[in-house]
Amino acid sequence: MATPAPQASMLYRRRKLVNVASRIGAVGAAAIGVIALLLIIGTLFLNGFKSLDIAMFTETTPPPGSAGGMLNAIVGSLIITVIAAIVATPIAILAGTYLAEYGRYSLLAKPTRFVTDILLSAPSIVIGLFIYQIMVVPMGHFSAWAGSMALAIIMIPVVVRTTENMLGLVPDGLREAAVALGTPRWKVIQSVSYRAARAGIVTGVMLGVARISGETAPLLFTALNNQFWSTDLNAPMANMPVVIFQFAMSPYEDWQRLAWGGALLITLSVLSLNVVARVLVNAKRQRQ
Amino acid sequence: MTAHTIPAPQVDERPRRLLSAETLFHNATRLAAILVLVVLTAIGVSLLMGGWEALAKFGPAFLWTESWNPVKEEFGALVPIYGTVVTSLIAMLIGVPLSLGIAMFLTEICPNWLRQPIGIAIELLAGIPSIIYGMWGLFVFAPFFANHIEPWLIDVLGPLPILGPLFQGAPYGVGLLTGGLILTIMVLPFITSVIRDVFETVPPMLKESAYGLGCTTWEVVWNVVIPHTRTGIVGGLMLGLGRALGETMAVTFVIGNAHRLSASLLAPGNTISSALANEFTEAVGDIYLSSLIALGLILFVLTSIVLGIAKWMLVRLDARVSR
Repeated sequence: MATPAPQASMLYRRRKLVNVASRIGAVGAAAIGVIALLLIIGTLFLNGFKSLDIAMFTETTPPPGSAGGMLNAIVGSLIITVIAAIVATPIAILAGTYLAEYGRYSLLAKPTRFVTDILLSAPSIVIGLFIYQIMVVPMGHFSAWAGSMALAIIMIPVVVRTTENMLGLVPDGLREAAVALGTPRWKVIQSVSYRAARAGIVTGVMLGVARISGETAPLLFTALNNQFWSTDLNAPMANMPVVIFQFAMSPYEDWQRLAWGGALLITLSVLSLNVVARVLVNAKRQRQ
Repeated sequence: MTAHTIPAPQVDERPRRLLSAETLFHNATRLAAILVLVVLTAIGVSLLMGGWEALAKFGPAFLWTESWNPVKEEFGALVPIYGTVVTSLIAMLIGVPLSLGIAMFLTEICPNWLRQPIGIAIELLAGIPSIIYGMWGLFVFAPFFANHIEPWLIDVLGPLPILGPLFQGAPYGVGLLTGGLILTIMVLPFITSVIRDVFETVPPMLKESAYGLGCTTWEVVWNVVIPHTRTGIVGGLMLGLGRALGETMAVTFVIGNAHRLSASLLAPGNTISSALANEFTEAVGDIYLSSLIALGLILFVLTSIVLGIAKWMLVRLDARVSR
């Protein structure tokens, strides 16, 4: 079955051509992606560092046309995020524990996993609307509490997912050994499973905090914004994302400059949370 | 639980106390799981209740009415729905081939030492808040686009017979196309990391056999990797689509916020999430507010369906891999 030589070499050339073209395409795609993202990061760092100064951390948000900082927004963001994390963490870890330990194969587990995955990528603005409906409307005003609850709902699925996955990595042999010693189930979970999966669960919480610290949309109609210094949880509270949104969309040069500084701060904190979480997981993996 | 059968009266108290701690902890975890389940349902119900007034007044025609007039209190969802779908389609149309290319680069072409740094960079980038993409779009991309790319698009593509109407009008810089492109950049790291993970589930044996038969890189990817991971790829793309549909901040900055239906992609438009972000706190009147919440309900249903399909396809891939 000898194929005529010229045809074979045609086929060979065509295959080679397609292959080279596809490889160039793949490298090009990677280059486009990397360049676009480098451009964004570059712009952010360039504009952000230009506007970072001491006033940023010592003065409150200014009216248009005068200098100022973002002290009230920074503190507000911290308060809202910390409350959200305090609310979300126990609920999420317990739910993750149920999925990985008690209810691994139960009827409840399947729909819960499904719902968690949907919530994980649900549009955050819709979650803001939900909290508006159930908290802002009955209370009659926007408040930091409402903002925290909206962020908590966004954080819960992230932590549930990682907790379940991390507990799933704990070998069942460990659990069986403890049960065989007569340890009750809750004790097994608390002293064996949690201890073995601690680094992973902490990582999940950190990733959750990283996720919510840059969220803007759900805060727009829950915590709203506040021009002034306020730590009243029952009143609208200034927070970084909404201030950045408002300042960046404004026509005032000063405000736009502050917005870049704030954007850089947020990005740096999110990135460092992500990096620390990653280091934690890697350290854990290396010890094993 | 077997402790009950031990016939020792002295230890009678202990097992009972242990049992109650056990019940307590078990039920606490179960309650938390139920809570997660309830939240999703509650979101749907509360949006339905909030949007009911508008839905009852305008009926199903709400979905295809173009008018959005707060003064006359006439509202229809067509423009924001159109904007949401079009920007997401642009993002997928450009983002899918790009992310498939990047995943192919990462798994087949990239030298080993470069693989991990790029992989980590992608995952870190997926975590950057979307408001950053939006700001960059507004301050850097939109002016550049308006001055350099859009005039060219209008001159070259505008006069074409079928594609033409998509690229006519004035170069504003902001608009549906800009929104779609910013969305592309934002979902790119996200889709890429899913597809790369999916590509890595292909058993090396399969790929090596194909290479051993003399297949080229392209033939291995096209005939072995992609058919093997088809459901996973589609699942990953749907996850990305879910993200794109619901994304607020990256789009709001550059969409132009105009309630007008226009054939041109260069014209300002609106998406559901941008309409909510821009108008919600300023909405006056019950019917206006209710219409906005109804928009939120539409978005919620739309993304839930897309994400549900994505999840279902990824589960199917998982089941096949573990088999």
